[in-house]
Amino acid sequence: MIVRFDVNGITHNVESPPMKRLLDVLREELRLTGTKEGCGEGECGACSVIVDGEVINSCLVPVCQVQGSTILTVEGLARDGRLDPLQQAFLECGGAQCGICTPGMLIAARALLDENAQPTRDQIAEAIAGNLCRCTGYTKIIDAIEQAAEMKQQ
Amino acid sequence: MAVGQNVLRKEGYEKLTGAARYVDDLTLDGMLLGKTIRSTIARGRIKSIEFDSAYDWSQIVVADYRDIPGENYVALIENDQPLLVESEVRHYDEPILLIAAASKSELEAAARHIHIEYEELPPVLSIQESLAGAEVLYGSDNVFKRFLIGRGDIGEGFAAADRIVQGEYRVPHQEQLYIEPQGMIAIPGAGQMTVMGSMQCPYYIHKALKQLFNLSDEKAIVIQTTTGGGFGGKEEYPSMIAAHAALLALKAQRPVKIIYDRGEDIAATTKRHPGIIRHRTGVTSDGRLTASEIDIVLDGGAYVTLTPVVLSRGAIHALGPYRCDNVRIAARAVATNTPPNGAFRGFGAPQVAFAYEMQMEKIAAELGVDPLELRRINMLREGDITATGQRLTSSVGSEDVLNAAIERSNYLEKKQAVETANAHGSQHDKRHGIGLSFFFHGAGFTGSGEAKMKAQAGVEITAEGRARVLSGSTEIGQGTRTIFCQIVADELGVGYDDVEIEDPDTSRVPDSGPTVASRTTMVVGRVVQLAAREIKDKLVNFVAERFGAPEARLIDGRFVANGNALASFEEIAREYIAQRGELRAYARYASPPDIEWDDETYSGDAYPCYSWGAEVAEVEVDMDTYEVTCTKITTAQDIGRAIHPVLAAGQIEGGTLQAVGYGLLEELVWDKGRIVNNRLTNYIIPTALDAPEMETIIVETAYPHGPFGAKGVGELPMDGGAPAIAAAVFNATGAFVSEIPITPERLMAVIEDRTRTDDE
Repeated sequence: MIVRFDVNGITHNVESPPMKRLLDVLREELRLTGTKEGCGEGECGACSVIVDGEVINSCLVPVCQVQGSTILTVEGLARDGRLDPLQQAFLECGGAQCGICTPGMLIAARALLDENAQPTRDQIAEAIAGNLCRCTGYTKIIDAIEQAAEMKQQ
Repeated sequence: MAVGQNVLRKEGYEKLTGAARYVDDLTLDGMLLGKTIRSTIARGRIKSIEFDSAYDWSQIVVADYRDIPGENYVALIENDQPLLVESEVRHYDEPILLIAAASKSELEAAARHIHIEYEELPPVLSIQESLAGAEVLYGSDNVFKRFLIGRGDIGEGFAAADRIVQGEYRVPHQEQLYIEPQGMIAIPGAGQMTVMGSMQCPYYIHKALKQLFNLSDEKAIVIQTTTGGGFGGKEEYPSMIAAHAALLALKAQRPVKIIYDRGEDIAATTKRHPGIIRHRTGVTSDGRLTASEIDIVLDGGAYVTLTPVVLSRGAIHALGPYRCDNVRIAARAVATNTPPNGAFRGFGAPQVAFAYEMQMEKIAAELGVDPLELRRINMLREGDITATGQRLTSSVGSEDVLNAAIERSNYLEKKQAVETANAHGSQHDKRHGIGLSFFFHGAGFTGSGEAKMKAQAGVEITAEGRARVLSGSTEIGQGTRTIFCQIVADELGVGYDDVEIEDPDTSRVPDSGPTVASRTTMVVGRVVQLAAREIKDKLVNFVAERFGAPEARLIDGRFVANGNALASFEEIAREYIAQRGELRAYARYASPPDIEWDDETYSGDAYPCYSWGAEVAEVEVDMDTYEVTCTKITTAQDIGRAIHPVLAAGQIEGGTLQAVGYGLLEELVWDKGRIVNNRLTNYIIPTALDAPEMETIIVETAYPHGPFGAKGVGELPMDGGAPAIAAAVFNATGAFVSEIPITPERLMAVIEDRTRTDDE
């Protein structure tokens, strides 16, 4: 089938089997490889993207379900080569180490800040609890999201 | 100055924008996908392999051991692990055949049309079964390796004791669980093979490929792609995957990519060695250790691989950071029919640290001495001698870390408060507890390892007059690229942004040794610094000739003579390249002169120096469900010098959370040699909600032979978490749990057993 959806502000018409995972369509058809696969069963969150304002695991969503949707992936965060405040904060605070969970973390954090501009540390932890990181111990990721929220307030 | 500053990570922009290319993000023209067909028994012989004749095999490439041009083993210590099984299966999920096809669906379909029949043999699945020796898998007694460390007179030591305390401790497998699964791409060329992928040690793969494919140094090329975590799990196993991809690529004469899915990755690749560790300790009634007898048995799995080195580190660290004049440490590693256990952050030390710290808790409880006081009485200080007879002469931050962790955590006040509360609380209240651990970690290879390795690294000057680091050390998230550039920037007196680093590619960078053993900053960083120093000397000489100024110096990025600025670093560097073509310097690691180690007696200076840590864990225990929550960890770690404080703290926090997982959550479930919870739904690692609040104190007791005083940091944080948590659980509940992870089931068993004993 042909599925039509927007990714990072660009409209795509993708010819694909309807049950193909959104993750594979993004990575293989659109070559947006920033979205990662860590487990293939919705546990690690490395494949997180925002679909119509909601964070989803793109490994669990067949592409037919995003017909007409608006999708944000990690590639859509920076504008004209300039990092968005979340990305800048991750860079400064040490929120990215190996970087494999980072795209999903950024996406989960973006969805949180879109809903709640001044989250507490507990709310941040809750919001990223579906995104596994094995490098950081999460402390510096939470620091970064806190800092990005503060930057946006200013 | 760049050192000590929180400069931005070199590859940060790419990682934050999704532009960084990990191996699975790469697609090459004509590339096939590869898959490994694995054993479905733990031990036995292959009777037959049948390919369904009705299936169309024309589009499938199949390779087995007969396709290997060289000898069928993956080069490591004993070269005993085959690349592909010939006949004898030694563990579940062992690689037997390789297939490649254009798509994943074709691969899966083809795999279903291969049928392997076995003649099964009784598998050996535990340390106890291996020691019992009913089935012999290795040598005459299943023992892969033994070490014996002895000091003083153990009999006299026990005779001088007022009390003898015994304990047995058990530690489990642990999966590294890097979030990027393993993967490799192999690209065949004319008489050459290029392999790229996720790895810690390009030169391990290089060595393995050379012998499997009969290639010269130049014809085997190994390139690291951005690597999504390693923790030891990408130390030795990637050699296997790289060679599998290469074998398929050789046969297909096309590039082949193999990416493990999570299930395969957990089921087939290496784990932390499980172990049983027994302590028998003689103490005086005022708490001095007089004798320590320690028996260690680790489960090595089906092949030797890195087990002897893991066992060695475990044995050397087994007494802990304590003084005891009479010591006997016997260590063995045994063979079982389980996937080979291998490198995982800490490398034998977290296993023995859980045991030695719980033994200290036990001694404190039996003597009625405060656990903190017991540590203070026995801790190693500068001038003291370790179990291997090493006198600690410098960079001993032991007291500083213990004091810092105790003070910052408010340990004494909190301990009194929780003990009062627990004494007055009802049986079903939540209980709180606080516990501490004290630990050390030898940095770099053990014993004569670094002296034999002679790690190499270089610095070159680019045509643009910039400095470029050349090293086989890999960036796996810990910050290699950033830290090496900081070191070179300061050595040359140029800006951090004026230094770049070459990608690890065996055709372009020298062998800096593996990226393991907390050695990258301390050992390779030192070599990088020495190479930069040589570049500096050459440029200073060039300037001296060019300006007729023998007194020329390089200060803050400018060449200066007699107080006059002559030229900038960049100008001179460009001029040098323009005139002489190239400027490149390589340096090699040489051990500090006073290091002595005897491999025969296992005595002497086991490591050039140690990093020191102390940790205070606070827990909450639900007395209805027996769930333990670690609420806070305060840790102080002496790492010599933090080249990059944010990255160093990141290492400490990340390692600490892995240790929380080790202590509380992570457990493999086995069924006849097969791992049945090989998924992220049921192998549980800590999420952000499981992570305690962490307070990290970096202590800097400079190591004179490290770059800018730095010593190892990567593994130390893995050592202290589990015992601190277990001590806090003991403090909260009175239950002494000698086996991790402390799951609700395990804690319930200990508490109910204790209640029953009390009732009798």
